[in-house]
Amino acid sequence: MIAELRGVTKTYGSVVALDNLTLALEAGRVTAILGPNGAGKTSAIRLLLGLTRATRGTVALFGTDPRSPAARRRTGVMLQIAKVPETLTVREHVHLFCSYYPSPMSVNAALAAADLTAVADRRYGNLSGGQRQRVQFALAICGNPDLLFLDEPTVGLDVEARRGFWQQIRGLASAGRTIVLTTHYLEEADALADRIVMLSAGSIVADGAPHQIKARVASRRIRCVTVLPAAAIEALASVVSVRRDGSATEITTSDAEHVVRQLLFRDPGLSGLELSGAGLEEAFLTLTSSQAGNEARTMVGAGGMR
Amino acid sequence: MNGTIVQAAAWSPARTYALEAKYEFLKVLRMPGYALPSIAFPAMFYLLFGIMFGRGMVGGVSMPIYLIATYGAFGVIGASLFAFGVGVAIERAQGWMMLKRASPMPPMAFFVAKLVTCTIFAAVVVGVLAALGVTLGHVRLPSAAWLHLGTTLVLGAIPFCALGLGLGYLVGPNAAPPIVNLIYLPMSFLSGLWIPFEILPPAVKTIAPFLPAFHLGQLALGAIGAGAGAPVWSHVAALAGFTVIGLGLAFWGYRRDEG
Repeated sequence: MIAELRGVTKTYGSVVALDNLTLALEAGRVTAILGPNGAGKTSAIRLLLGLTRATRGTVALFGTDPRSPAARRRTGVMLQIAKVPETLTVREHVHLFCSYYPSPMSVNAALAAADLTAVADRRYGNLSGGQRQRVQFALAICGNPDLLFLDEPTVGLDVEARRGFWQQIRGLASAGRTIVLTTHYLEEADALADRIVMLSAGSIVADGAPHQIKARVASRRIRCVTVLPAAAIEALASVVSVRRDGSATEITTSDAEHVVRQLLFRDPGLSGLELSGAGLEEAFLTLTSSQAGNEARTMVGAGGMR
Repeated sequence: MNGTIVQAAAWSPARTYALEAKYEFLKVLRMPGYALPSIAFPAMFYLLFGIMFGRGMVGGVSMPIYLIATYGAFGVIGASLFAFGVGVAIERAQGWMMLKRASPMPPMAFFVAKLVTCTIFAAVVVGVLAALGVTLGHVRLPSAAWLHLGTTLVLGAIPFCALGLGLGYLVGPNAAPPIVNLIYLPMSFLSGLWIPFEILPPAVKTIAPFLPAFHLGQLALGAIGAGAGAPVWSHVAALAGFTVIGLGLAFWGYRRDEG
């Protein structure tokens, strides 16, 4: 195990960010930690990096305290941070971070790997958003770390820049690095990871290979005008949630065909039927609603992910 | 991929310390909002009050000589409080400090780099005042006194760097500049750095010994033979106490940031 959280609970005052979480990361794999805001992704990363202490439980990085210099010299980090000092150039920032590591890349190689050669002598304050993100990526990889943490590496990037990033992350993965990334986007996790860990409200709600996760969260949304009471709809098998929206009713379900059939059978006057793929929020509802959540956990056990 | 750890033995932190200090200095030098006022304000005050209007004798020396010591202390204190108080508050809030903590940078390198930068700025401030004093104020001092004054002022940056560091952990990035000013400016006045201690009202004279700036001012004046008379060790002890308070606050803040 290259990194491990064992029975970790993290609370901030009365807010529980992580609830008795156990997660082990194996060498040479790309793991995506997926979840909505407040799910505990950033807390998990900060604990693994020794930036914050667990309220309960133990954290190990390379089998030791994550705060130890030995662990940190094998780790590269990209955090969501507001600002890097603006008056130093890209090259100066990378040069300094290279000096932190025992066997770093050359400054020029790190600049090239992050596609920054053309702006190397520009000050950070004069860079575009995408270039700034690449500087933080360069700082993460320049030390040739065995383990790379990328906290929401593509947030705020346009589609093209995001694809570019994915290419770079895949390159590192194929070179055998262990990568942990957090993301809001199922698509991103699917594109990059060997393993997806879904967090919701500080707990793991699903853990498996991307194809397994996608099968779990393929929920859809039905919208229609019906006289059926919400309670009756909620009682149907596979319904995750029901919401009134003006005269319309919105239903999230993991089996749309079944629910539509039932609705039309019970309410011949039903009108305005619409069907759409659900977003990640609905996917989380699917996984966290009690019966579906249990199935997801069962699947994880059967899939032998740990 | 586990083989790289072997080379760690050859890696030395000395180069990191040197580069950290070099880039901290360059970073600050390129910030006109810090570098310019740190040097220009004490110089302007000294020109105005020390040279243009500085008549007569005070504490047994001429006004231009006396005020080199006190405006020197004023400049050193400002450079230190702003670099640490405001600098650390901002870098904490922006998450930069967190990235540095997550990196393998030796934690002390970050603080040593800031201290080195601060003392370089302190030396520049003192050098500018001395140059103004010699050329425009006809200040003449034995070289031993210059050396004593310069060393006292530059080393005097240390307690104020510590206090600034403590403040940087105590306050947020938006509050930091006004709070540092609210402490810095009244403290400088009450400590006799603007107007000689000898001619301050008695009420102020009783407050002054509780302020760190008073003690640095007195040490600097002592170097040119114009101190108010308390023994040197009492001022050094007071500044050491303030250094401990500043570092204690910073340590508490550092632990708090670790959650």
